Amino acid sequence: MSDITAGSAARDPYRVGRSGGHGHGGHGHGGHGHAGHGHGLLSATGHGQGGPASKFVTVAYGFWIFLLSDIIMFSAFFAAYAVLSTATAGGPSGKELFELPRVAAQTGLLLTSSFTGGLATLATQRRSMAATQFWLLVTGLLGAAFLFLEVQEFAVMASEQAGPSRSAFLSAFFALVGCHGTHVGLGLLWLGTMMAQLWVKGFRPEILRRLHCFGLFWHALDIIWVAIFTLVYLLGASP
Amino acid sequence: MLGKLDWSAIPFEQPIPLGAALVVFLAAAAVLIWVTVKGYWPYLWDEWITSVDHKRIGVMYIVLAALMLLRGFVDAVMMRTQQVLAIHGPGYLPPEHYDQVFSAHGTIMIFFAAMPFVIGLMNFVVPLQLGIRDVAFPTLNSVSFWLTATGALLVNISLVVGEFARTGWLPYAPLSETTYSPGVGVDYYLWSIQISGVGTLLTGVNLATTILKMRAPGMGYLRMPMFCWTSLASNLLIVAAFPILTATLAMLTLDRYLGFHFFTNEAGGNQMMFMNLIWAWGHPEVYILVLPAFGIYSEIFSTFSSKPLFGYRSMVAATLFICIVSFMVWLHHFFTMGAGADVNAAFGIATSVIAVGTGVKIYNWLFTMYGGRVRFDTPMLWALGFVTTFIIGGMTGVLLAVPPADFMLHNSLFLVAHFHNVIISGVLFAAFAGFTYWFPKAFGFRLHEGWGKAAFWFTLAGYVLVFVPLYIVGLLGMTRRLQHIDMDLWTPWLVVAAFGIVVMIVGAACQVAQLVVSIRHRDELRDETGDPWDGRSLEWSTSSPPPFFNYARLPHVENEEPYWTIKQRAMEEQRPGEDESYEPIEMPRNSPTGFVTAFFSTLIGFALIWHIWWLAIVGFIGAYITFVVFAWREHGDYEVSAEEVERIDRDGRAAQLAWLRRRERVA
Repeated sequence: MSDITAGSAARDPYRVGRSGGHGHGGHGHGGHGHAGHGHGLLSATGHGQGGPASKFVTVAYGFWIFLLSDIIMFSAFFAAYAVLSTATAGGPSGKELFELPRVAAQTGLLLTSSFTGGLATLATQRRSMAATQFWLLVTGLLGAAFLFLEVQEFAVMASEQAGPSRSAFLSAFFALVGCHGTHVGLGLLWLGTMMAQLWVKGFRPEILRRLHCFGLFWHALDIIWVAIFTLVYLLGASP
Repeated sequence: MLGKLDWSAIPFEQPIPLGAALVVFLAAAAVLIWVTVKGYWPYLWDEWITSVDHKRIGVMYIVLAALMLLRGFVDAVMMRTQQVLAIHGPGYLPPEHYDQVFSAHGTIMIFFAAMPFVIGLMNFVVPLQLGIRDVAFPTLNSVSFWLTATGALLVNISLVVGEFARTGWLPYAPLSETTYSPGVGVDYYLWSIQISGVGTLLTGVNLATTILKMRAPGMGYLRMPMFCWTSLASNLLIVAAFPILTATLAMLTLDRYLGFHFFTNEAGGNQMMFMNLIWAWGHPEVYILVLPAFGIYSEIFSTFSSKPLFGYRSMVAATLFICIVSFMVWLHHFFTMGAGADVNAAFGIATSVIAVGTGVKIYNWLFTMYGGRVRFDTPMLWALGFVTTFIIGGMTGVLLAVPPADFMLHNSLFLVAHFHNVIISGVLFAAFAGFTYWFPKAFGFRLHEGWGKAAFWFTLAGYVLVFVPLYIVGLLGMTRRLQHIDMDLWTPWLVVAAFGIVVMIVGAACQVAQLVVSIRHRDELRDETGDPWDGRSLEWSTSSPPPFFNYARLPHVENEEPYWTIKQRAMEEQRPGEDESYEPIEMPRNSPTGFVTAFFSTLIGFALIWHIWWLAIVGFIGAYITFVVFAWREHGDYEVSAEEVERIDRDGRAAQLAWLRRRERVA
């Protein structure tokens, strides 16, 4: 079965029949699967003595650590932006360049895409292929719309002689916002690949793990965007 | 079609790099031909190149590190000899070449010798010590290794195609900007470090997850061996620090490739931001290297003193203290920036305080030996050599942490002597100690003691002879990176240092001889019990070399020294643990993903260095396809039947039983 029967015995995730994201593939509904993982941890002594964690927990945990490292990378770009935000070198400042209506639309699109991503997760837990694919598609389309607006903003700025080479401030702006945009773009590539895989292979344990990681990734990009929205655009456009 | 690449990239008019490249090329060709003639390719491909076994990957990391260590050492020999030959003269290395040599020396030693050595040891040892069968993400582990190898390959390609950076091991801006470094040298640096840096970051994620989530049943945090603790701290530092390096080098890359102005002189760029960012990674990097080394020493002091480690919990606390404070000292690398007395004082105090954590460790090691039965095998010699010399390096470090003193000693050879003093005894000696200590576990036979001891004494003597004179010339005002010298005052000391490097060459030769002699006499040096040093942690409980699944059953851990307990119980009961039934287990399947990824990232790196844009695009598409193929595969794991597990495990147990019998007779 799953953790529930094996939780008290010596926990060896390498044992055949127990590894590979157990608690998802075999179960009829995902909610139960999650409860299974929780049980596995609860059976431990509280001093980390419960033996190796299940594959689902390990993968999600590892992906969290990766996301933390990604956020640290963004923090370096944020720091550079903070240092260089006044180094306009006689060029245009954020107050002249930033168009808040477009940024508001971008924010709306990205936050909504996170919501629809959550709906996709709920559909996954019901094991509904049609609903999962639909909400993943909506998530991807909203992300693509976000990206379109960002590219449009960059193109407008470049055409106004306010490209990244104009000043250190604009370098830092393009790098920070562009790094986020690159992440969204790579996320879309990942999403498309995973949707195809889900379509062909169905709700397998490894695909469920990847869907979970994608959810974490997409929400993390939201958090970073909220910081960009506040620190770059709102502060930059305010007098 | 080929971007900036043409025949002028090959240094036909410079005999030294061309000759060196020729030697490397011929050696590599000879190895490839030998492998082909002997028909070893299928074996190499199946058992090593595509292996996702943490032990195999660890060994490959160490092979890479040893090769790069030799390369970096050759650079060091060139620098020492140049400085002797260039007293009142030009020497044999022109400035533009000498600058590449010291840049390559630092880059190679830190990124491609020290890092892979330490990561290789962590890879090999940590899962064994945790009592588990592999790391959390085995295929990712292979990808990490091959990305590191890609970086090393790119650095070595620069020897013959184009040039390497002349900007030092950290490409300080604005010198590294296109205005002052228009060639491809800095680009080689950037892409090789970025690619291998991704590998290092993934290793950090992998090992941190492994240690935090995958320990054997019963192994709570405070029952982990000290090496696992220091590895955890080191990998958390990798996760927290390497993204800063990635971002900083990305900014410099944007400056160089797309005309951004992060660190340029014009348009508002800020050079001191480069210093701050690079050292915000660079100082934790020091501890990424030295913390696992401290863990190796802890294991060795305990094993060879036949005692548990003294002050285990204070050791854990000191490790985590160092881990955190290492992020609060970066500004001491540029006290001369002019941040002001208050800022300098704060960082100076933080720097001094970090020595307290190290001091705790030193005393713990000394007290571990106190009252123990100390055995002076080669690993212990390295550890003792470390303690005695590291203290000097630590104290000069505390001296440099005092800002007024630093203003005098900044960028002098005193500084160079200081960081070599700590990094050679701290990291390199630990690498050699760990190599000798765990070699029998990896290959099933010990290294030759006589050659090992000779290597130790020559290396130690040479290292003292090189760096004590450098301390002195530093105090006499000699700055670092001088291509020629006009001061007679320094001459005798530089001659002594050059003599010291000759002694170190003998030490390096002894290391090579040790390996050759040991392989030839492997039958006499065979370790049948799996426990050649009377060890205390779990890795010694399995056979040498361990079966690919490490443990037939996951061990149950009841205290800090699980294997010592098992061993004592076995000796009392006269049998090697309980016989239980065997169960089938699942192991990860080998995968060429890592190697193929490395192939495409080599293409990408080379293409970007030489502005061959189409090739870079091809590389990216190839990498994406590799990723999809890997994600699409049907089975990531395969089953090892219970009978197979039992068959493999029985041999190891028989050997342990025979050892028990022999011990009984002796007693």
